[in-house]
Amino acid sequence: MEILGLYNYWVFAVLLMTGFYAVIAKRNLVKKLIGLSLFQAAVFLLYITMGKVDGGTAPIFSGSDTTIFSNPLPQVLILTAIVVGISTTALGLGIIVRLKEEYGTIEEHEIQEIDER
Amino acid sequence: MIVIFGIFLLTLLVITAIAIVRTDNLFVAVMLMGIASLLIAGNFFLLDAADVALTEAAVGAGISTVLFLSALALTSERERARSSNKILSFTVVTAAAMILIYATFDKPRFGDPEAPAQTHVAPWYLEKTPEYIDIPNVVTAVLGSFRGYDTLGEVFVVLTAGIGVLFLLGSGAPLGSLPQEQVNEGLRHHLIPRVIGRVLIPFILLFGLYVQFHGEYGPGGGFQAGAIIAAGIILFALLEGEQRALSVLPARVLLGLMAFGPLLYGAVGIAGIVLGGNFLDYSVLSSDPVKGQQLGILLIEAGVGITVTGVLLGIFHAFAARGR
Repeated sequence: MEILGLYNYWVFAVLLMTGFYAVIAKRNLVKKLIGLSLFQAAVFLLYITMGKVDGGTAPIFSGSDTTIFSNPLPQVLILTAIVVGISTTALGLGIIVRLKEEYGTIEEHEIQEIDER
Repeated sequence: MIVIFGIFLLTLLVITAIAIVRTDNLFVAVMLMGIASLLIAGNFFLLDAADVALTEAAVGAGISTVLFLSALALTSERERARSSNKILSFTVVTAAAMILIYATFDKPRFGDPEAPAQTHVAPWYLEKTPEYIDIPNVVTAVLGSFRGYDTLGEVFVVLTAGIGVLFLLGSGAPLGSLPQEQVNEGLRHHLIPRVIGRVLIPFILLFGLYVQFHGEYGPGGGFQAGAIIAAGIILFALLEGEQRALSVLPARVLLGLMAFGPLLYGAVGIAGIVLGGNFLDYSVLSSDPVKGQQLGILLIEAGVGITVTGVLLGIFHAFAARGR
């Protein structure tokens, strides 16, 4: 079990870098935004993992005094971050839709070519 | 057993993420994103974050998928170009992943109660919530009261993003002026989705209201409720056509909702100053400080819920109106 104790963090690292790969290597703007969402999800996972306490439960009082609770603070931060994340993603999609209307493409290098002309 | 289940979900998540990046069909990538969100939500639940799981399921698997699909309808479903600098990117990413994994060996073990994150302010919140606020859900207490400034800031970020989308795409032309054949009919002629949707939508909205007003006692609150209610109304718009949805909640009302939430939140804060306390100090709202705190949290959660519903629906309609 000791070695599995870091598994969540490894998944975080792999997920973060998978998302980052899509951002830097892909030329399609929607794909870049999807990569950014994955990147975000990895960060959420890191925070929530750090808040977990062994034998704990969700931080909601239910009567008995002896219960161990997991850390509520990372949960609060991530809860708001998820909703802010979807709003900013929507803003990014809005920009992409406008780019498509102006340039007729959402491929990064084609937009650059049109700009250089 | 739970640990094994968590590892199983996380492994599936990594596989899904790699599939998302590898596919060149954007429609498939968006659908896989929905699955990834659901897997993450399941994981959050295993990690004791019930509130976060609820939000992720409503936002990630529901609204985010709809928004990406409406953006795809306006752009294209396929990636045309091959990746640029594949080998270089892959090397950089692998190296960074190795460094990150190397860094994790210094981290406290998963679930360690002695980890620094667990010994700083968290015990204080858990200890003082019954005394100062006296509501069972500590997450709501921290969100609404102890860290109310943060939440106010987040609400303004959501509002700003909503305004940005409306600036970029416009809040939608008045639908009444369009010729009949151009009006989006949704899935009105498809019997099965329509019947099932009709049965589901009232319960989704009811559940949203329950999550909103039960947030002090169980997992829930304004952010989750706003996302769930918006998802319910978006489902209505998809089934019955956009025009019907807009006749229930016109664009002007949505703009009002977007602005009203932060105003309500700010007004509660200023009421605190007027009544002799600090900004966002709810204790002075009632003669009993604990009752004042509960009242304040109820009001600001309502403000959050209203903003989130308004912004998400406004964004959805902005994308949908662009498609015509």
